[in-house]
Amino acid sequence: MSVLTLSRIQFAATAMFHFLFVPLTLGLSVLIAWWEARYVRTNDETYLRMAKFWGKLFLINFGLGVVTGITMEFQFGMNWAEYSKYVGDIFGAPLAIEATAAFFLESTFIGLWALGWTKVSKKVHALAIGLVAFAANLSALWILLANGWMQRPVGYVLRNGRAEMADFKALVFNGTGWSIFLHTVLSGYVLAAFFVMGVSGYHLLRKREEKLFGASFRTAALFGLASSVLVAVSGDMRGVDVARTQPAKLAAMESHWETESGAAMPLLAWPDARRETNSVDAVRIPKLLSFLSFHDFGAEVKGLRDIPAEERPPLLVTFLSFRIMVALGAVMILAALWAWIASKRGKLASSPRLLRLLLYAIPLPYVAIQLGWLLAEVGRQPWLVYGLYKTADGVSKSLSAGTVAVSLAGFVLIYGALAAVDIVLLAKFARKGPEEAVR
Amino acid sequence: MSLQVLWFVLWGLLWAVYFALDGFDLGAGMLYGTLGRSEAEKAAIRRSIGPVWDGNEVWLLTAGGAMFAAFPAAYALLFSSLYLPLLVILFALIFRGAALEFRGKGEGAAWGRTWDAVLGAASFVPALLFGVAFGNIFRGLPIDASGYQGSLVYLLNPYSLLTGVLFVLLFALHGALWIALKTAGELGARALRTAAGLWSYLLISVAGFLVSSYFSTGLAKNYLEAPAWIAVPLLAVGALFVTRIMIGKANAAGAFLASGATILLVTAAGLVGLYPNLLPSRLYSVFGLTIFNASSSPVTLKIMTVVALVFVPVVMAYQAWVYRVFRHKIDAGADGEAGY
Repeated sequence: MSVLTLSRIQFAATAMFHFLFVPLTLGLSVLIAWWEARYVRTNDETYLRMAKFWGKLFLINFGLGVVTGITMEFQFGMNWAEYSKYVGDIFGAPLAIEATAAFFLESTFIGLWALGWTKVSKKVHALAIGLVAFAANLSALWILLANGWMQRPVGYVLRNGRAEMADFKALVFNGTGWSIFLHTVLSGYVLAAFFVMGVSGYHLLRKREEKLFGASFRTAALFGLASSVLVAVSGDMRGVDVARTQPAKLAAMESHWETESGAAMPLLAWPDARRETNSVDAVRIPKLLSFLSFHDFGAEVKGLRDIPAEERPPLLVTFLSFRIMVALGAVMILAALWAWIASKRGKLASSPRLLRLLLYAIPLPYVAIQLGWLLAEVGRQPWLVYGLYKTADGVSKSLSAGTVAVSLAGFVLIYGALAAVDIVLLAKFARKGPEEAVR
Repeated sequence: MSLQVLWFVLWGLLWAVYFALDGFDLGAGMLYGTLGRSEAEKAAIRRSIGPVWDGNEVWLLTAGGAMFAAFPAAYALLFSSLYLPLLVILFALIFRGAALEFRGKGEGAAWGRTWDAVLGAASFVPALLFGVAFGNIFRGLPIDASGYQGSLVYLLNPYSLLTGVLFVLLFALHGALWIALKTAGELGARALRTAAGLWSYLLISVAGFLVSSYFSTGLAKNYLEAPAWIAVPLLAVGALFVTRIMIGKANAAGAFLASGATILLVTAAGLVGLYPNLLPSRLYSVFGLTIFNASSSPVTLKIMTVVALVFVPVVMAYQAWVYRVFRHKIDAGADGEAGY
């Protein structure tokens, strides 16, 4: 395999691995901050024990998120040196701002929160996790503004053989970046909600700590329902933005071949890239694709046949990741709705089927989120910066395939081992439940 | 002062602060196996760095991010050229974090032994390789018109290995003094004795570094042209001697601050010699990267200057506050809730 292929696999693998840990951090920090704030307000010890129990799981997850994030930043220079030189003037800024304005805050106050229970007042301690939640989400914003710029480059000028910053405000207020941010962060909230509901369900099924886990479940159900609906709303925003800015990605995710106005959408489809058509194409809903893509039943949707073959993204991955992600999203909205209704009526104890379902549903948001990233990044190919700079041009020139093969193997082995340990520990402490005594 | 010069200073400051802060975490990790003789002592060492290692590591990320934003060509060349050493540093830092997170959360002797060994090795390796990397930067890399031409073996030259040893000893001394500062009883006393022993080796290593830098690198040029700057390495040596005096007085806090100052000043002394180069070429000086031919546009540098001038002082303030919150000595048995 070439340096390019290996570097792409390595970046994809490390980014997807990193994003196994990030979404739970994004959502669970918000929930813990909420519970600890409730404790400060009400003095109810249950909230304190909730913050401590979920906090322990949070910390197990958080550590790997941090250390795998650091490798992401350095990989741009290591494997994508040509890209870094070409766009560093504009792309480096949001990454540097993320570290300075957000990541410091998150990393410093998580240390205070984890080990400072007896060192600071209740209020300051609750404030610490609040700052962690704020900083984690702010961190996501800057990283996703950088990603948004790759998806839709704005505010730059080509000068001195590279893309230079012309308008920083355009980068900061890039609608593409903001819709990616909303969609990503909200999906993290959904994941955290399903994590909390699943683990709580496990204990409620065994009639353990019913007060604590009932309260956790109720908050998570509401949080999960609201977030999963908003994920759909922000997903719609993403779809419209993709239709406007990345016609090739839209055509590939819908496997849409002919440019037409008032385009229909087949509910059942299977792409055939070689013959440039769909081998299955059934249950066509008239004008639906135009409406979903542009909020206009008559809008023209560009087809793959009008896009040069070398500028089309890999079809099957883009198409399948989109469809499965959307289906999972719909399932999660329904599950969250069921959970919310049951918890609102106080019927959790008498709904073992729901609780068991939610326990097994913990992986669903993980899968959906990974598919979302596949869609976003594979669907962007062959561009590294959409319409401006090809992925093939960005790879480092001084590397040999052997070197990258070694690093890729190292990442797979080390990350695999750490993930295994992390999951074992998470499962162990999740099953164990909260500590008995509270000091 | 031009923006490029300002960013060279900021870039150097970020690295220097990173070395001074993560230096003691890594040093404490290196000495963890030898200094921590019982389970309680080991837990005390882990707990002494538990609340701060993560925040300290962000200085590395910020140094990298600042280099990306301010000197993208140098960022690209440095990290693609030093690919394997950097990869090993990253792996080690991952393991260091994992060891600190996981060690207290499992059961059994094998679990403890494994993560103890990981913590020791994963603290030693970054210290050594950061030294090797900066040694190679000081010495110059084989850069020609088409980029970097070296290999892994090329990077392991005597001068850079000496710089690696220097970093290991700087961090180990700093870490020993951190443990002496943060723990009471026999462990603290033992750490102070270890620091005294390490100091002699460090003195030899600093002397060796200064002499061989004169012969093996171009660092001396700036000092010969503007001798006033010799104050920086002199202050570094001065801070090193203050460290020893404080150790002699059993003043762990004073010795720790002095060893931190030594790290800051040694880094500064190297960077004063490097200026205005970022990555000098050993082959033909025209192909080396300087702060002028590798920098971002004035627009980006201005934006980043505002960001740095607003946030870096704020970060320093709240990190200092968190250090203050955890200023007391570790009391074995208490505050262990998070499992460090």
